Amino acid sequence: MSVSYASRNGDIPAVVDFSLTLRRGEAHGLVGESGCGKSTVALAIMRFLGTAGRVVGGEILFHGRDLLTMTGAQLRRIRGAAIAMIYQEPMSSLNPSMTVGAQLIEVPLCREGVRRREADARARQMLERVRLADAGRIMRSYPHQLSGGQQQRIVIAMALLSNPEILLLDEPTTALDVTVEAGIVDLIRSISAEFGTAMLYISHNLGLVRETCDRITVMYSGEAVEVGPIAAVFRGMRHPYTRGLFAAIPTLGTDKTTHPLAAIPGTLPSPRARPPGCVFGPRCTSFVAGRCDTNPVALRGIGPADDAEAADRHASRCLRIGEIDWTAPVTAAAGRPAPVFGEVVLEVRDLTKHYRRVVANDGLTFDARQGETVAIVGESGCGKSTFARILMGLVEATSGSIELAGLELSRRPVTRRSRATIRSLQMIFQNPFDTLNPSRSVGSQIARVIRKCGGERNEARIQERMFELLDLVKLPRDVAGRRPRQLSGGQKQRVGVARAFAGKPAVVVADEPLSALDVSVQAAVTELLIDIQRQEGTTLLFISHDLSVVRYVSDRVVVMYLGQIMEQGRTADVFAPPYHPYTEALLAAIPIADQRFVKRKVLLTGEIPSASDPPPGCRFFTRCSHRITGTCDVSAPPVQQFAAEHRIACHLPRTHLLAMQPIFEGRDTTS
Amino acid sequence: MSSRAAPGGRRFQRPLTRTETWVTLLALIWLPLVAYVMFRPALGPAAPYLLLPAGPAVIVTYIMAVRRWHESRIALIGVTLVGFWLLVAVTVPYLPIADPNKPLVPLVPPATIRQGMLFVLGSDVRGRDILSRTLWGCQRVLVWGITATAVAYGVGAGFGLVGGYLGGWWDELVSFVGNIFLSFPVMVLFILVLDVLGPSGFNIILAVTCSSAPIIMRIVRGLALDARSRDYIQAAQTRGEHPLWIMLVELLPNVRGPLIVDACLRLGYTTVAITTLTFLGLGLQPPDPDWGLMIKEAAPAALLWKYSYMLIVPSLAVSSLILGFNFTADGLREMSQRD
Repeated sequence: MSVSYASRNGDIPAVVDFSLTLRRGEAHGLVGESGCGKSTVALAIMRFLGTAGRVVGGEILFHGRDLLTMTGAQLRRIRGAAIAMIYQEPMSSLNPSMTVGAQLIEVPLCREGVRRREADARARQMLERVRLADAGRIMRSYPHQLSGGQQQRIVIAMALLSNPEILLLDEPTTALDVTVEAGIVDLIRSISAEFGTAMLYISHNLGLVRETCDRITVMYSGEAVEVGPIAAVFRGMRHPYTRGLFAAIPTLGTDKTTHPLAAIPGTLPSPRARPPGCVFGPRCTSFVAGRCDTNPVALRGIGPADDAEAADRHASRCLRIGEIDWTAPVTAAAGRPAPVFGEVVLEVRDLTKHYRRVVANDGLTFDARQGETVAIVGESGCGKSTFARILMGLVEATSGSIELAGLELSRRPVTRRSRATIRSLQMIFQNPFDTLNPSRSVGSQIARVIRKCGGERNEARIQERMFELLDLVKLPRDVAGRRPRQLSGGQKQRVGVARAFAGKPAVVVADEPLSALDVSVQAAVTELLIDIQRQEGTTLLFISHDLSVVRYVSDRVVVMYLGQIMEQGRTADVFAPPYHPYTEALLAAIPIADQRFVKRKVLLTGEIPSASDPPPGCRFFTRCSHRITGTCDVSAPPVQQFAAEHRIACHLPRTHLLAMQPIFEGRDTTS
Repeated sequence: MSSRAAPGGRRFQRPLTRTETWVTLLALIWLPLVAYVMFRPALGPAAPYLLLPAGPAVIVTYIMAVRRWHESRIALIGVTLVGFWLLVAVTVPYLPIADPNKPLVPLVPPATIRQGMLFVLGSDVRGRDILSRTLWGCQRVLVWGITATAVAYGVGAGFGLVGGYLGGWWDELVSFVGNIFLSFPVMVLFILVLDVLGPSGFNIILAVTCSSAPIIMRIVRGLALDARSRDYIQAAQTRGEHPLWIMLVELLPNVRGPLIVDACLRLGYTTVAITTLTFLGLGLQPPDPDWGLMIKEAAPAALLWKYSYMLIVPSLAVSSLILGFNFTADGLREMSQRD
């Protein structure tokens, strides 16, 4: 199958020569970075390509009938009923002006014309099957009254109500928190077993695909570059792009001092200007001129099962399958020296912030030393962004103190801070598309910071410094004259990094700086950030919800839940037992892409309570699997000290905490 | 005009952008026109030469606009209509037409020769040439209409930014005052202002500002509220920028898209308002030609079908100008949605 989008400047090929077979009850993962055409594949199957998209070649057979030649009426019978799709944003998939129940009942009412009473019963039953307790209340609620996880479960229930044979899931958990994501992933996995539904699971996260799917297709620039059973691909990948993706994600085997991440060099080619021959050629380290860039490469089977139709076929679009040493590790740079920490530069004591009734931060206490990376981890609503705003002086704290090099900042807004204080505290923002002013050139925005924070007046020197900063973040100097819209997401984030470091700050706050970037770009920006931090000796406060990145980047971790610190300590201590029960659940929610490790399962029940009405006692007790009724719901937990600086706020007896099993365990990969 | 950086130069800071070319051209047209229409007595003998450079500037602007917006047919029609009237406004003193205020032969039907003169569109009750009056009339409508809209925009955008960006107490105050103004019917507001202060061009500007600025304020306030939470605004805040800098440099340029569209529509409304006011005798005063005035003076005579041309010609002129503004707005909106 091939898909093109018509545009004013001719057709843009989005998907080229793509083949996929989906069997009953099978879950197939479709992985690739943004712009590789994975969503286009799903939309083409639904024939929802819009006015510009067109399937230009091939066929889409559903039970032997070609969907492409069907009429509108025939298609309507298949869409929704036989093939259902679930999108990324649950909120925009539900009608906000109808109750959930009315929307669910609609499905059997319209599809099968059953009685209202029966439709209602079926909807309730389905809500129970997607593990939503209290079906009656949920049926009467409007979508906005439910949490993101509940909404996504309802969308799944709605799709399952018509008993589809194929379920297309387009990044169904990307908008959700990690512990909620783990629940949905668990549900999706059980669906294929229980209902026998075939699933196409689209994701950018290799770990998630490994945990949910049976087979995987890796896409790059509109082509399927590697196809195969999960186990075969994850154990022995046979395409340089797949291998590059694996080297770019922080796994349990990587480490910023000994095993740094390797970013894939170069950028994704524009679909208009695909390179001849192998599309990955220009970015491939095993590229051979004259061979890889002549003829288009076809998918070739690997190993004994070289039959193109074999069920467990493993195939790759690489000419040099037999020549590359696939076992050799992809090493980018050599390791770095271990970090050296200086004096404590940032001291946070009992910091509390109330927004009327909402307690956003409650008694935060931690330190950060010079040159250290301190990660603040937690799910949405845990107060990590509020802390960043207090630190930057955008809001004032209610009580407690923040001392930066001996200067009290908690109730001093940015307008009342001295030039030196402002310079020593800078921030990197989350959304690369939002971090730069779209109507000013990149150079002028960096120069503004130098002028404002560097105290420099000489125009020639400002420009020199601006160019130095662009060199520092490895961007070409001519980027200075461009507008942000002419830059890619990764380039914009690099400019964001350059801008933050322009005034030689002592502390840089990075608020989810990587979460909006693609895997390979993420690796490059991560490495860049660590390098610059080392070079400048800056303290980095790394705010994130992604524990695998945190484990890689940070030296110390602070785990937050509903405004309070649950656990803090050195990264190695936090990622090993004893755990706080919440940390345990967070760790268990990390999708692991590394075949060499197995993970213990910990599933949290319930949803994150509202911050305006936090539970009494321990904030976490409503979802905790270890809770002691009568203690946890009454009094605040004591802080227990373990290894040096490793502190856990929990009621559980010390012996119980110490007896916890590790979440990850290495396993023998020879089998 | 390119924004490429020239290493070693200072061009990366202030490249001569397209925007600046536009601003220069518009200033070249606008300033002489305003001076010519509003302050002609003060100019003395220099007056006739003032508009000479504006003519070519209008043509260049028109060509630039066509090249930029050639994708949208509706915008092209709009720009052509507005461009035509602008060209007329700046070249009318040099056109070989009769004096608009001089009584020649009364009640001449269109396309007739009387006393050795061709009356292309006829003459009015007092014998003045309608073609000449229509062409001269566009000067006053354009100048006062656009100036009034611009002033309303300045006031409205200023308060909107303050309300939307600073929020809190400022927002309450600005919104409250805006709501009071909005609670008056527009016509009542106009009549009130012009009745109390007396009819004159500057009071028209005041009246239009009173009626339009609160609406503009609401639009800008909404856009500013949305843009305020953007990361680049927070980045500016965390480096300690002055609120004025943030509002004018970081915020305003990024909400200009919807504002330009609204400004084109609002120019249409203002043109209607000014013509209506003159028609009611509250606006610009005779004898200088003005479309609203022409319609007013023609109204009694036009009861006879024979003399209806006196009414139709200025009415068509007003309609074509308003249509031009509205088409431009539609075209701009269409293009902004396309990409």
